[in-house]
Amino acid sequence: MSTHRVVSAGADLLADAVEAQAVDVTRVDWRPPMPGTVDDLATVAADPRRRAANERALQAMLDVTAYLVDVAPASEVLGLAPGQFLHAGPPITWERASGPMRGALMGAAALEGLVASPEDAVALFEHGDGVSLEPCHHRAAVGPMAGVVTPSMWLWVLEDPVTGRRTHCSLNEGLGKVLRYGAYSPDVLTRLRWLGEVLGPLLRTAVRGGDPIDVTGILTQMLQMGDEAHNRNRAGTLMLLRDLAPAMVSSGASSGDVAEAIRFIGGNDHFFLNLAMPACKLALDAARGIDGSTMVVAMARNGTDFGIQTAGTGDEWFTGPSQPVDGLYFGDYGPDDANPDIGDSAITETAGIGGFAMATAPAIVRFVGGSVPDALATTRRMHEITLGENPRWAVPVLEFQGTPTGIDVSLVCRTGILPQINTGMAGRLAGVGQVGAGLVTPPAEIFPQALHRLAELARSEV
Amino acid sequence: MTHTHVELRPGAYADSVTLLQVSRTVQQQPGVVAAQVAMATALNVDVLTEMGFDVPAEATTNDLVVALRLEDADGLGAALAGVEQAFAAATRRPSGAGELAPHRTTAAALRGASDTIALISVPGPSAMVEAMDAVHAGHDVMIFSDNVPVAHELALKQAAAERGVLVMGPDCGTAVVDGVGLGFANVVTPGPVGIVAASGTGCQQVLALLDHAGVGVASALGVGGRDLSAEIGGLATREALRRLDAHPDVELIVLISKPPAPEVAAAIEEHTAGLDTPVELALLGPDRPDLTAATEQVLRRLGWGVPDWPSVTPTSDLSLGYTPVDGALRGLFVGGTLASEARLIASETLGAVGSELADLATGHAVVDFGDDALTSGRAHPMIDPTLRLEQLTRVADDPTTGVILLDVVLGHGAEPDPAASLAPAIDGIGPLVVVTVVGTTHDPQDRRRTVAALSKAGAAVYLSNAEAARAALRFTGVGG
Repeated sequence: MSTHRVVSAGADLLADAVEAQAVDVTRVDWRPPMPGTVDDLATVAADPRRRAANERALQAMLDVTAYLVDVAPASEVLGLAPGQFLHAGPPITWERASGPMRGALMGAAALEGLVASPEDAVALFEHGDGVSLEPCHHRAAVGPMAGVVTPSMWLWVLEDPVTGRRTHCSLNEGLGKVLRYGAYSPDVLTRLRWLGEVLGPLLRTAVRGGDPIDVTGILTQMLQMGDEAHNRNRAGTLMLLRDLAPAMVSSGASSGDVAEAIRFIGGNDHFFLNLAMPACKLALDAARGIDGSTMVVAMARNGTDFGIQTAGTGDEWFTGPSQPVDGLYFGDYGPDDANPDIGDSAITETAGIGGFAMATAPAIVRFVGGSVPDALATTRRMHEITLGENPRWAVPVLEFQGTPTGIDVSLVCRTGILPQINTGMAGRLAGVGQVGAGLVTPPAEIFPQALHRLAELARSEV
Repeated sequence: MTHTHVELRPGAYADSVTLLQVSRTVQQQPGVVAAQVAMATALNVDVLTEMGFDVPAEATTNDLVVALRLEDADGLGAALAGVEQAFAAATRRPSGAGELAPHRTTAAALRGASDTIALISVPGPSAMVEAMDAVHAGHDVMIFSDNVPVAHELALKQAAAERGVLVMGPDCGTAVVDGVGLGFANVVTPGPVGIVAASGTGCQQVLALLDHAGVGVASALGVGGRDLSAEIGGLATREALRRLDAHPDVELIVLISKPPAPEVAAAIEEHTAGLDTPVELALLGPDRPDLTAATEQVLRRLGWGVPDWPSVTPTSDLSLGYTPVDGALRGLFVGGTLASEARLIASETLGAVGSELADLATGHAVVDFGDDALTSGRAHPMIDPTLRLEQLTRVADDPTTGVILLDVVLGHGAEPDPAASLAPAIDGIGPLVVVTVVGTTHDPQDRRRTVAALSKAGAAVYLSNAEAARAALRFTGVGG
């Protein structure tokens, strides 16, 4: 066995002694793991299922191509009934919900006609009679910011043709004062009704009228055009519009409606986010339920809690407090105006894009107060906590290295490196809208929690 | 009036060698009477307490302790600034914004690697996790770390056996892989011998003796001290034997170990019988040949002559007309196997010979300063001689000490000039001093100069640890 290189983790002295013999040495910058994780890390490392399980989980997610196959109301495709409300993030109660979440729930209650005006919904939710809250994730859906979904809202339907599995997401309302930021003024409700009565059905006709659109393919191209699919979706939105426009025009809808739809989509640079998210969820859901795997399959926030789920721990959520977002504020907003981190959009980072692909979207970096080297360093740093790379989603400036894919709970605990999320900031008070954008991470403690559960499960296997 | 400052830094971490460098630098600063920067392991807390520092009771092994004794309180600011500077100088940092940050795990560092060995020396409880990265990626790994639980070792070696990967260790201090020394290893020339060693300094002794006899070594593969236990069953030994058997240059394999568990011994014998290459078993134990005798047997099997092993003694021959001294034999060793060998030889004549630190004050004793108990949160004594030097002073001043036995191990990784601190410590002391210097003439420390310095300080110096131990016995009132 010949030794051309040595990788050394630990005392520099030993690495020095090898280097002095003209052997190439790579030094690992090893640091103690997160407090309290040493034993669980060993248990998980020794689990004979882990390596193969993680390979399977990563491959399962990489193998999924998401196609846009339909647009339909939630009552039809999710069986959502009046009084049922889906929301972003792990399970939450009205009592614990933050401003934007409450505002969105109130607006949605009015939209569904459960109350005459949004303010009346407060009593409705406080009593809880006839209303239920459930995470979007539990119903094969994802929602940006407050992410509230109710029966009459029209949803994108994405499908994996190999398995027939589907995921769903609402149509993006646009910027400013919108429901997902907790606004519920008459304008907001008017727009929501237009989405349900005009845009949704028009898009349905267009989507059904053509071949399914390869959303994964659009993501592949976007990433090489300055988008990272979380905070930057401009190229994706335009490519979607390009794909849909002919069928929209020949849909039979009035030219006025078609023009308004195109103007609406074209004027909302975030429109594609609501396709990027369910595409990522569709891929990650393929990795669920693989015993022994330590891969993260969901990261989600409800505005109060941040939760993760892993491939090897079933439907269990590991939660901690949602963190404040660190970045730049619009106008004269400041830190006191911002709500803690909120939304299912961290599913993009979970799938290796968004903040993980920051190196591919240098323009976004200044928006969040960073520098270009920071963006490159971030993507490189995410490679330290992931299982592999996505061969389809490549980052040009990093010599087309694939995006860092498959967050490994044990690698996070070993290195202390937290997944980097790139996100918008919601105003703390319902209805204020977006107050800024920046960087945020999950609360650190949820990873040792998840690791502990994985270790328990590994021990019970023996 | 001196000023004492003890500070706890919870969660701060640096490896023991870095902390040693920082402590030394700060100690030399003006105004600093004494300084110790260390992780608060039980052992280090004892050392600090002995130095007169009051360590807070809530200190845990994850906390860093900065303990300073200054000439006066005014010097505190400067001393603390000096601590930070020493840390900055000792800690490796990536240079410049354009430089890539180093990898944080062995897994990341091994991506896309080939022909690579992983060398793991992180704290024991975390070593298996790093080593498993290497095993799963199909790379051989050497684990220098001690204090690794046996369950971890078993999991690693089982995973390795499934993949044909070699796990050298845990607690493997020495390996030579196709000419490259890993850990504490002596510089040798390539040759017809392959070594499989369950111990570091046992291997180093054989390397040094063979080198003196002009015989080269193709590879010396460490397997860790527990590999031949019933629990581990010789998993790494099996793989190491397979590798050396397949090596085109190896004509004879030497297996150095203490006697294995009986069930394992039988399996190993059966295994070696099935190899094409002959295997010489050098199993150190009562009624068995010592390492020097085993090496001589290797030379004979290869058809080489057995040389006189070199020594330098204060008089021409101490065994002639020399009046034996009264007093205990006290050995302070840095090499575990060298200590075991000396203890074994000594006990053949002296009866009970203690092995604990406390035994150095009560009777005959040979202590291994590289033992887990004495290295918790500290650098190995071959890197940091402080603890042994302190005990040496005590033993030298003890009127019941008759003869002191020491080992000095040269080679990669060991301190650059061991004689610099040891020679002054033995010069002019009461008891007789016998030293084994294990090293080759190509080692970085200049063996000739080391031997000369120790001899000038009055020690009898030997290349063979067994000869040294027997010489020491001749000097006690009991030996013959």
